[in-house]
Amino acid sequence: MPDANSTSEGRRAFFTRDRIAGIVLVLCAAVIAWESRVLPLGTWRNPGAAYMPLLTAAVLAAMAALVAWRGGGPPLRAMAWPEARHAAMLIAGCAFAAWALERLGYRLTTMILLVFFLGVLERRSPLAVAAVALGLSFGSFYLFSDLLRVPLPRGPWGF
Amino acid sequence: MTETLANLYLGFSVALAPDVLMFAVIGCVIGTLVGMLPGVGPLAGISLLLPATFGLQPTTAIVLLAGIYYGAMYGGSTTSILMRIPGEAASVMTCIDGYAMTQAGRAGPALAIAALGSFVAGTISIVGLMLLAPPLASFALRFGPPEYFALLTLGLLVLAFLSGGSMPKALAMAALGLFFGTIGIDLMSGFFRFQYGLVELGDGIGIVPVAVGLFGISEILLTAGQETPPAVRKPRLRDLPPSRAELRQSAGPIGRGTLLGFIIGIVPGSAHIISSFVSYAVERRISKHPERFGKGAVEGVAGPESANNAAACGAFVPMLALGVPSGPIPAVMLAALMVHGIAPGPLLMDEQPALFWGFIASMYVGNLVLLVLNLPLVGLFVNLLRIPYAYLYPAILVFCVLGVYSVNSSVVDVWIMTAMGALGYLLRKFEFEVAPIVLGLVLSPMLETALRQSLAMSSGDYGIFFNRPIAATMLGVSIVMLALSLLPLVIRGGWRQRVGLEP
Repeated sequence: MPDANSTSEGRRAFFTRDRIAGIVLVLCAAVIAWESRVLPLGTWRNPGAAYMPLLTAAVLAAMAALVAWRGGGPPLRAMAWPEARHAAMLIAGCAFAAWALERLGYRLTTMILLVFFLGVLERRSPLAVAAVALGLSFGSFYLFSDLLRVPLPRGPWGF
Repeated sequence: MTETLANLYLGFSVALAPDVLMFAVIGCVIGTLVGMLPGVGPLAGISLLLPATFGLQPTTAIVLLAGIYYGAMYGGSTTSILMRIPGEAASVMTCIDGYAMTQAGRAGPALAIAALGSFVAGTISIVGLMLLAPPLASFALRFGPPEYFALLTLGLLVLAFLSGGSMPKALAMAALGLFFGTIGIDLMSGFFRFQYGLVELGDGIGIVPVAVGLFGISEILLTAGQETPPAVRKPRLRDLPPSRAELRQSAGPIGRGTLLGFIIGIVPGSAHIISSFVSYAVERRISKHPERFGKGAVEGVAGPESANNAAACGAFVPMLALGVPSGPIPAVMLAALMVHGIAPGPLLMDEQPALFWGFIASMYVGNLVLLVLNLPLVGLFVNLLRIPYAYLYPAILVFCVLGVYSVNSSVVDVWIMTAMGALGYLLRKFEFEVAPIVLGLVLSPMLETALRQSLAMSSGDYGIFFNRPIAATMLGVSIVMLALSLLPLVIRGGWRQRVGLEP
């Protein structure tokens, strides 16, 4: 009878990088197929709006299942994520930019973003942070809005 | 031939006129700067400056816009190589090995090879345009929906067959990209697909936010939080030019990329960005050391850059010879000509020889201007890497947000870029290639439309794909590619394992 250690090692080895990725992608394919149910499928000779999404979902599911079955790569627990926390903060910053761009205006949003990245995440000197934040936000606004005539959002005070 | 030379002499006499030459230089400079800004690609640059050309002579106007086009193609490769941010969709493949060369301290040679490859490809393609425009345009006219479907299917399968790493993973990512391309309004039936009430998604997901997110943002997410930040690079002057070995290794890819790109570019609506994907795939397949690709192989820069420049030139063939734009950029340039009362088409060469041959000659001049302009600037561009990474990546992120927003003035694009950045980060952690997603996204609308139009033409008979010789040939090659690509899944020890493309 296998002992607890070898059983747990076997269980760990089962959940490898590719196996987890494959399973997740199969689930994504299932979601795509489910969401396509509201669209007309059409026929083989006259494909409808759901035809291509379902076809891509089928290919995705098949390939993902193959990836999961082969199960390559290291065990999931052995994967290193040293940059994950920092990456999450950067994504949060980009999400803030998307949320704030048309509410606060381009310049204010950019300044806040740069202060967050340089001051909070990278802990640079306040003087350097202020210089970069002001220079880049105003400079890029001038380049795009005034020179290239690309309309950029302004905040509620026209700033 | 004598007549062609005489016409070319006429063209150069127009193109080398001081005012025309000045606008060629201005166009190249603006185009390079515009192309370097993520999101503001050649189409945006040309569209922004189109009103400014209304007061110019027709030849000058078209020369200016063409200069912007070429310049933007090169400018896009600069950010791809230095920062792994594709300036526009055609630069996506350059990101892979171009950035790897930068990481290996070979940014200067990568930029120089990109400039040289673009120049050679552009020059050879212009010769092709000059000599072969009418017959090539006639060939391109034979492409209908079945041929487009076959060509696009072939493009996808070439990518899968020649991809590095796990092939099922590459096919899965291509399928994911194809799915992303279905988001939006279905052109054939008018149904809204996967929009969830977001009007901005009516036209589908844009290529720019996806490419910038998957490549640029994901790279920053992977790199910025590392315990050891990337070292500040201090490029030395002697490291800037490419070595003799690198030049020798680039010669073949430049030649092959030129031919591939030009042929793909002349097909109307073929999305000339697939030329860079196909070129990359071909170079990896025929290389004696394909395991080098993805790690700084100079062929991975030379081939795609040449291909996309040649395709950009080839795209003018149907525009000039037939008045049929092969894509959005030639369409805008066609509009510029029509605003000036000029109707491109088969009679353009006879009725407006100075314009036609002046345009051809200005393309030679523009190519040379780009080379002269950008080679000395390689040192300047590479010095951007001296900026400490802690300051560099926030600036890159700001420009990504700005550039992506500027495409449609839509925050939805910024949200998409953010989501794609996160997706790209996870996919790369799990060792998935992200390039097939971009290819799938680009090809999906055209592939689906071509398929359904073909079936509408044939009343649902799939035989239409095999009754037409061009379509049948390409589909036959596709089927062989598919069979060969699936073979390693059954038989181990095939060429993919031998050359290290399969783990």
